[in-house]
Amino acid sequence: MKVVYLNLRKPQGNILRIILLFLIPACISFTACRSNKKAGGSSTDTTAITGEYSPVSTFAPNVPEAKNNAKPKKVIVEIEVVEKVMKLADGVDYTFWTFGGKVPGPFIRVHEGDEVELHLNNNANNKMPHNIDLHAVSGPGGGAEATMTVPGHSSVFRFRALNPGLFVYHCATAPVGMHIANGMYGLILVDPKDGLPYADKEFYLMQGEFYTTGKNGEPGLQPFDMDKAIKEQPEYVVFNGSVGSTTGDNALHAKVGDRVRIYIGNAGPNLVSSFHVIGQIFDKVYVEGGSEINHNVATTLIPAGGGEIVEFICKEPGTFNIVDHSIFRAFNQGALAQLVVTGPADKNIYSGKQADQFYYPPIQDEKKDKPAVEPAAAPEPSFADRFKDGQTLFASNCSSCHQTTGLGLPGSFPPLAKSDFLMSRQDMGIGVVLHGINNEAITVNGKHYQGVMPNLSLTDDQVASILTYVRNSWGNKSPGIKASDVKKVRNQ
Amino acid sequence: MKTVSTLLMMICTLIPLKHYGEMPAVHRGMPARNAAMVSIPGGSYRPFLHRKDQPAAVKIHPFSLDVNAVTNGEFLDFVKANPKWARSKISPLFADAGYLKQWTGDFEIGDDKIINSPVTNVSWFAADAYARWKGKRLPTQAEWEYAAAAAPVGMQKGARLTRIILAWYDHPNPVILPPVQSTYKNAYGLYDMHGLIWEWVEDFNSVIIQGNSGTNADSFSCAAGSLGSVNKEDYAAFMRFAFREGLQARYAINGLGFRCARDLNRFD
Repeated sequence: MKVVYLNLRKPQGNILRIILLFLIPACISFTACRSNKKAGGSSTDTTAITGEYSPVSTFAPNVPEAKNNAKPKKVIVEIEVVEKVMKLADGVDYTFWTFGGKVPGPFIRVHEGDEVELHLNNNANNKMPHNIDLHAVSGPGGGAEATMTVPGHSSVFRFRALNPGLFVYHCATAPVGMHIANGMYGLILVDPKDGLPYADKEFYLMQGEFYTTGKNGEPGLQPFDMDKAIKEQPEYVVFNGSVGSTTGDNALHAKVGDRVRIYIGNAGPNLVSSFHVIGQIFDKVYVEGGSEINHNVATTLIPAGGGEIVEFICKEPGTFNIVDHSIFRAFNQGALAQLVVTGPADKNIYSGKQADQFYYPPIQDEKKDKPAVEPAAAPEPSFADRFKDGQTLFASNCSSCHQTTGLGLPGSFPPLAKSDFLMSRQDMGIGVVLHGINNEAITVNGKHYQGVMPNLSLTDDQVASILTYVRNSWGNKSPGIKASDVKKVRNQ
Repeated sequence: MKTVSTLLMMICTLIPLKHYGEMPAVHRGMPARNAAMVSIPGGSYRPFLHRKDQPAAVKIHPFSLDVNAVTNGEFLDFVKANPKWARSKISPLFADAGYLKQWTGDFEIGDDKIINSPVTNVSWFAADAYARWKGKRLPTQAEWEYAAAAAPVGMQKGARLTRIILAWYDHPNPVILPPVQSTYKNAYGLYDMHGLIWEWVEDFNSVIIQGNSGTNADSFSCAAGSLGSVNKEDYAAFMRFAFREGLQARYAINGLGFRCARDLNRFD
């Protein structure tokens, strides 16, 4: 066709032009015939095409059923390119460029060996030229050059689906990044010769980011921001073309026991995806959408312009969040989808919450924590200094249970204020603070407590200060405790 | 908020209109036999797509260019005077099925609202014939790009023309194409060089010619598209060149019209 352009550029006269127009296609078809003959018998799959059909193409999150043709067929795929304003998030609109009027475009499913005849129709009301580069194509530009199409026109090209796998397709018209950033992408699955194993549920998800002039959430029709795109700083990272496309009422659904297969594509245009379903483990991952299968993966990396097939069996009911685990994208930018699984729970696999109890820091082995060499005893401070230090130490070590009021919590933590237990013997208080209480029944002011108090690993000096404070606060009155008193008890 | 942004957009659209009265030479509204032209001083243009074996700059000789794109009304005069270019008469070799599809008949525009809007759905052949009939020609790609690179009158300091152009793509095509002079006037006095329609140039398909070396190395598709460009961030230029790459001379497209140029001689 380029030859035609060449001759039309400088028209020499109508008659010459007409002759050329007829002659040149004839030359081209002659050349094409010759090269076909040459190709016959080569190593590529030349199995005869038997019959043709137009496949059912579905939009996300739906996946068409596999055809699993015994013999290669001619598959006729029609895609219309539509530029239109749609919702990107609540209150936020965007002028999307789409394959088929939605983002992502239709899920195309063919069989290994099929011959695909692709018709790309560019709606006459569109502004832009568009084309399609399918990563399932072996040929220059993946079909991009063959399908360059201005508004109101239609291009056709054929390719042989030689390699099985999951592939991204996208518009590749310059500036390519902008065409992808505006929503021009989708997935094509080439089923392997023997087909993929049975799955109860198949879903179609595609991640893509959007670069808007307004910040995330800023309402109105948002323009594309070239600078943010070049800096790779999107405002939105979403599944299936908009925030909330696949959450809440639009969530995916499955039953307990279902084998779920997700065809997940990443359009980019810039970011790679750390794809993860929270609370599920993929028992199978077709790595990068190819033939290698990895097992028991929780988070898998999907390159920009790539796809993956992940599978898992739903073992438990519940809502499972599907995220890009580059997690700020999920939390702040929209990269969140949901799978709702219904059916009976299995407590052997997952119990749910069984208890909610107060957490006590672990009781440590005092011998292990004991310094090898006892530090030299510091001079004994005054009562006032002991009291002051003790107040500070009490606040950080004791008050969360015994409360700053010293009143404790009825039923759980005994009071220190006017406590007969504390005040009855000076050395009783020292022993308790030094060693803790390991689940012993105690009686304080006539009330029973199942005493559990951690060993706080305090120094003699600190214990003396705390006890000086608690034994002289909230109405308690007694002489100050010295470090030497504590040491005596510790060595007993 | 949607209402507010709509209002803002309307205000933005109105701003360039205040230059309207400063252009007495333009017969806006009436189909004119001799649409106003302005002289564009010569200079040099750095081609957006450039190969090593080509000069880095192209010399632009002084020329004149239509202030406005050719309107439906003006094109109707041409068709009336040259009936072989009417919708039902034109050879399919010179225009495809979309030719003048916005009109209601061979010699009827139909909707009065588009009389002063740029004529679109015209093939390169038809545009070229119109220009010849006027004693003019289509501008070359270099001339057009050179003239269109001039900044809008009153553009704020620090603003970028690329931004203004890209804003056009952020909105779908309006149902009724606005009249000429509904966007902005540039420093040469040209209206609507960006933001209203695409425009034919004489050598629109030179993108392909450059790449026609037997390989696809110079293709303008995908990431390789940036290889030959002198400014990888001029997305608006990428779009124009990509659009031209997709064209054939017989195509008639909704958003594609033209304006005419003429060589300047010493008497002009």
